Amino acid sequence: MKHDVVEKNIGLMIVLIVVAISFGALVELVPLFFQKQMTEPVEGVRPLNGLELTGRDIYIREGCNTCHSQMIRALRSETERYGHYSVAGEYVYDYPFLWGSKRTGPDLARVGGRYSDGWHRAHLFNPRDVVPESIMPGYAWLFDNDIDAQGVQKKMRALRKVGVPYTDDDIAAAPASVDGKKEIDAMVAYLQQLGTSIKYKR
Amino acid sequence: MSSFWSAWIIGLTVISLVLLCWLLFGTRKIPVDKDKDTTGHVYDGIEEYDNPMPSWWINMFVISIVFGVFYLLFYPGLGNFKGLLNWTSASEWEADVVEAKSKAESFYVAYANTPIPALAEDATAMRVGKRIFSNNCATCHMVDGSGAKGYPNLTDDDWLYGGSPEQIEATLVNGRVAAMPAWESALSVAELDNLTRYVKSLSQPAEAGENAASRAMQGAEQKYLAMCSACHGESGEGNIAFGAPALNDDTWLYGGREVEIRHSIAKGRRGVMPAQAEILGEQKIHLLTAYVYQLSRQ
Repeated sequence: MKHDVVEKNIGLMIVLIVVAISFGALVELVPLFFQKQMTEPVEGVRPLNGLELTGRDIYIREGCNTCHSQMIRALRSETERYGHYSVAGEYVYDYPFLWGSKRTGPDLARVGGRYSDGWHRAHLFNPRDVVPESIMPGYAWLFDNDIDAQGVQKKMRALRKVGVPYTDDDIAAAPASVDGKKEIDAMVAYLQQLGTSIKYKR
Repeated sequence: MSSFWSAWIIGLTVISLVLLCWLLFGTRKIPVDKDKDTTGHVYDGIEEYDNPMPSWWINMFVISIVFGVFYLLFYPGLGNFKGLLNWTSASEWEADVVEAKSKAESFYVAYANTPIPALAEDATAMRVGKRIFSNNCATCHMVDGSGAKGYPNLTDDDWLYGGSPEQIEATLVNGRVAAMPAWESALSVAELDNLTRYVKSLSQPAEAGENAASRAMQGAEQKYLAMCSACHGESGEGNIAFGAPALNDDTWLYGGREVEIRHSIAKGRRGVMPAQAEILGEQKIHLLTAYVYQLSRQ
């Protein structure tokens, strides 16, 4: 085919461009949609409960993933510091995933259980209170904001539509779990469960 | 991976490589006359020569394709074909960990049976101890071990759970959970205020019996003896069995101002030291114990 034929028929050119660039996706992405390793949860992974899910949304709202990744690579220097490397089956209920792409702060994929609830509260209120050299901003308003109890159920129903196995009981129990709680409680609950389904191997 | 998807990946990868080669060589143009061949584009009388791609570009392309072929031969990329090197990121990580462990092992083994006080004198061991401390403990206890509000200072000789090597080691291995209950519902506002003042006065030298008299008068002493003394002791000396802080010294974990003491009594406190056994392992904890032990002895 002469290239002036392609150049003069924009429709044909579009088709050929789509064909050319789709090879990468067809080889590298499409097969993954059908691998059990990618689509099935590893043992111990469960959908977040109402309080944790609320915390996750606050995590997204405050943009925590801009500075904190949630993805430990299979490198000794990382596993030594953060714990076992991340595996695909840990993220099957993450919509959207929060891997992040930059570490201004440390990785949080396995921060759950590493510090006490009290430490997290002090740290989120003003990070300098516990880590003097920290450059993380404080999130004092989390201590004042109430949680929208009805919104939680809507979020859970939406997530169920895309494949998170919430039962009717889970959804029914959600408002009670956030009742009277402040945003900080949800945030700490979310952080404390991060990465706890795989045991430390350090 | 099922053989279908494996074949899918291998097929598409090979096809794309073949197509690229065809694109590169099959459509290559060998110039007949450099100055005569034009693309046929003419704008305002300006024509465009139809020259071949520059050779450095073609060469880069060829090198990339050759690299790709060798990569797919040696590393896992073609479906279920594992590559001639049998490399996986997990096995590389494991090998790194094993190597580092065996290096560390020989180091830690030398110290495993050294008693803590002797270990605390060993400069090399303490340098490593400092590293372990900085990586794992400094988040709460600060880099120099001086602690923060709610997180005990490790450099003074005041210990919530005891400062002997065995006690420090037990704290590190199993962690500690303190439970100061909230007394808000059991006390009236006035009683809470009085009790706060009483607790604060415990750490201040009594002024000629005057303090003691006023305390007793307000009934706070009875309250203290009934509610607090089981853990904190009758004169506020504390109890390391519960991690109950001494109240008769001037060390205040949660602050010694009246509002802070009042908050501690009203709302309770729940200090948590996370267990390190699974995270650090026996040998590192042994070194770390010695490091923490010597912090308060400098």
